[in-house]
Amino acid sequence: MPDGSFAHPQQRQFNPYSDNGGTILAIAGADFTVIAGDTRQSEGYSIQTRYAPKVFRLTDRAVLAVNGFAADGNMFVKKVKQRLEWYRHAHAKDMPLRAIARLIQTMLYAQRFFPYYVYNILGGIEEDGTGAVYSFDPVGSYEREACRAAGAAQSLVQPFLDNQIYFKNQKAAPGTTHPAHLPLSDVLSIVIDSFTSATERHIEVGDGLEIYVVVAQGRSPQGLDAFRGAQELSTQPNGDRMFIIRRELKKD
Amino acid sequence: MDHFPTNWGRPRNDAFDPYGTYPIHQRPAVKDNFAEGVQHTQQPIVTGTSVLAIQYKDGIMMAADNLASYGSLARFKDVRRLHAVGTSTVIGASGDMSDFQAIQSILDDLVIDEFTHGDGHDLGPAEVHEYLSRVMYARRSKMNPLWNSLLVGGFRDGKRFLSYVDLLGTTYSAPSIATGYGAYIAIPLLRAAVDGKQDQLTEEAAKSILHECMRVLFYRDARSLDKYQLAIVSEAGVQISDQIQLDTTWNFAEGIRGYGAQTQ
Amino acid sequence: MATASVYSGPGFDFTNEVRNNFLTDRGIPLPKATSTGTTIVGCLFKDGIILGADTRATEGPIVADKNCEKIHYITDNIRCCGAGTAADTEFTTALISSNMELHALSTGRKPRVVTAMTMLKQMLFRYQGHIGAALVLGGVDVTGPQLFTIHPHGSTDKLPYVTMGSGSLAAMAVFEAQWKPNMERAEALDLVCAAISAGIFNDLGSGSNVDACVITASHTEMLRNFVKPNERVQKERSYTFRRGTTEWKKEEIRALVVEEDITHITGRGTEEAMDTS
Repeated sequence: MPDGSFAHPQQRQFNPYSDNGGTILAIAGADFTVIAGDTRQSEGYSIQTRYAPKVFRLTDRAVLAVNGFAADGNMFVKKVKQRLEWYRHAHAKDMPLRAIARLIQTMLYAQRFFPYYVYNILGGIEEDGTGAVYSFDPVGSYEREACRAAGAAQSLVQPFLDNQIYFKNQKAAPGTTHPAHLPLSDVLSIVIDSFTSATERHIEVGDGLEIYVVVAQGRSPQGLDAFRGAQELSTQPNGDRMFIIRRELKKD
Repeated sequence: MDHFPTNWGRPRNDAFDPYGTYPIHQRPAVKDNFAEGVQHTQQPIVTGTSVLAIQYKDGIMMAADNLASYGSLARFKDVRRLHAVGTSTVIGASGDMSDFQAIQSILDDLVIDEFTHGDGHDLGPAEVHEYLSRVMYARRSKMNPLWNSLLVGGFRDGKRFLSYVDLLGTTYSAPSIATGYGAYIAIPLLRAAVDGKQDQLTEEAAKSILHECMRVLFYRDARSLDKYQLAIVSEAGVQISDQIQLDTTWNFAEGIRGYGAQTQ
Repeated sequence: MATASVYSGPGFDFTNEVRNNFLTDRGIPLPKATSTGTTIVGCLFKDGIILGADTRATEGPIVADKNCEKIHYITDNIRCCGAGTAADTEFTTALISSNMELHALSTGRKPRVVTAMTMLKQMLFRYQGHIGAALVLGGVDVTGPQLFTIHPHGSTDKLPYVTMGSGSLAAMAVFEAQWKPNMERAEALDLVCAAISAGIFNDLGSGSNVDACVITASHTEMLRNFVKPNERVQKERSYTFRRGTTEWKKEEIRALVVEEDITHITGRGTEEAMDTS
């Protein structure tokens, strides 16, 4: 007991962690970022719910995807949002993306010896108007990247992104080079195909797909019009624009 | 302190080495730092089994049987596992019954506190669920959990509310939710009958679906009872029914002889 | 120098056991066997037995086969659904199928379901659960329709409706709610589909399609992929690569066609050609 009234710990087991499955993914373009996650929450062989969001809007230009142990994930998002609100009250503006990334690092590392069992991917628009993706491990090691997949189907999706986004081990056509950034329509297609494929081959991925798109101020969301049902979430008329696209995934 | 240098800097729960970082003969025997379990905490002693809940046209419905088991002993057969909180919320508990009673008194105190402020505010189902999930998560983080899976349902300002929270602080919401064995046995039936049809489902239909599921649970869950209560939360507030008796038939067994080659 | 023994005793080979225990201790567990996470069911109806199965095979959380067959042939009038370790269910049912055929030939009678059930339980009991086969055995013989479940340790059950595998609770819930005696064929087939579908959509270990098998006194009908509720969706892009995408350091072209000069030797002493027919 907490007061040490038992000399020896009794035969009891409590594991404070669980794994709730699912997969998240983010890809940065030149002036936009796409952040996506499936909506299934599972434990063991059971589906707890077919709709539990894993991707959250933090500011007008920052989106956070969390994956791993759902209770830790929800609590972590709650605390990040609270810190961002305090920042707004103190500075009368939203925290910039790179600062949110550093904040998340310190918040994760603060729990170094009882970690949040969560893989975070932060996506959005940097102060210079470029698209950015930051990926974190559960104790706060982080890195800015062009794309990242995490969660149950990371080992299925990341090699696909290495191939389609980074063009790893591929020779460009003579006289050309591989593009450093793909257009939005291509990125959205790759994201959707990543999730439909992960759904085929990973039992914990499926049910629904939520894709957030953040487009830098003054840039046109060209390529979005092809995706029916894109819903705009922007709060200001001439700021960065944010959209959400929802898709169904297989439910078996 | 772990004195094996090859273990330093490695995740504490890493049961395998997927990328073959070390040669096989240098790898130390695997051990799980959580294997011996962790101090504090208890194990559930007197337990309740499944709680079922669904959304329907006018609100939500929740059902739980009246049994509290002591291991495999059917110890208390008149236990109430559904509890009203305020005027628009009901909670249902499976797992440890003494922990549930502690939760009941915490929530009752909270409701009284809120009432004595006299500011016209009271707690709805969303607030109760948020509060409960914080309590549950805080206790798991102290490695001293309240050993329950709880459902919180309610109806307020014209909106239904139905959510889950457990001893780990895990939460989720869905049109049909069940705890314990209900998650395996009742959920397939509930999802087929309820999901996507919440806005059309009548009170009578919702009642009969839950009744059927409680019967199936009594057939297959060895820690269940054929006596249950039903809570309905709608515009009219919280109503928790009297005990409802399940009727069951076992005559399929009459034609069976033995379990194998026997014929007589 | 001693030559390697070519003698191989009957039954399983345990020569690697000590090494494998050492490796497991060092964090290298045995490779995961393909398991049929599985929902399998059987149910009695007016004219006989209907067996049902999903078609997903898994390796841990990965789907190994999206359309495998879990209803195995025993004899013309007996089939067996398998859950558990895929290899164990396949070999066990194949072995019993052979033995049933031999038994039928030696007795000159139509095989009975209890015979297969007894052979299976005796074999599984002998291996004390190490053969991970959980089976639903059904068929119609001279004694009428018969339905059994056989657990990996060798125990059996005889009931009018049975389920097995990780989706067994989901499927059993459907049977408990809807099964009744003496159903017509169509009604029973719908019920089996509903039971398997409950597993497919609520149990992560089960998925893809519904297989069914209707066995009556006169006829056995295997309904492979009876319902396909989970077709793969069209991809947004096509993923073909430009010719020359893969770089190479060295090129070497070898002729794979072997040329051979053939000299026909004929007319030495006799004019008749050799008869090569």
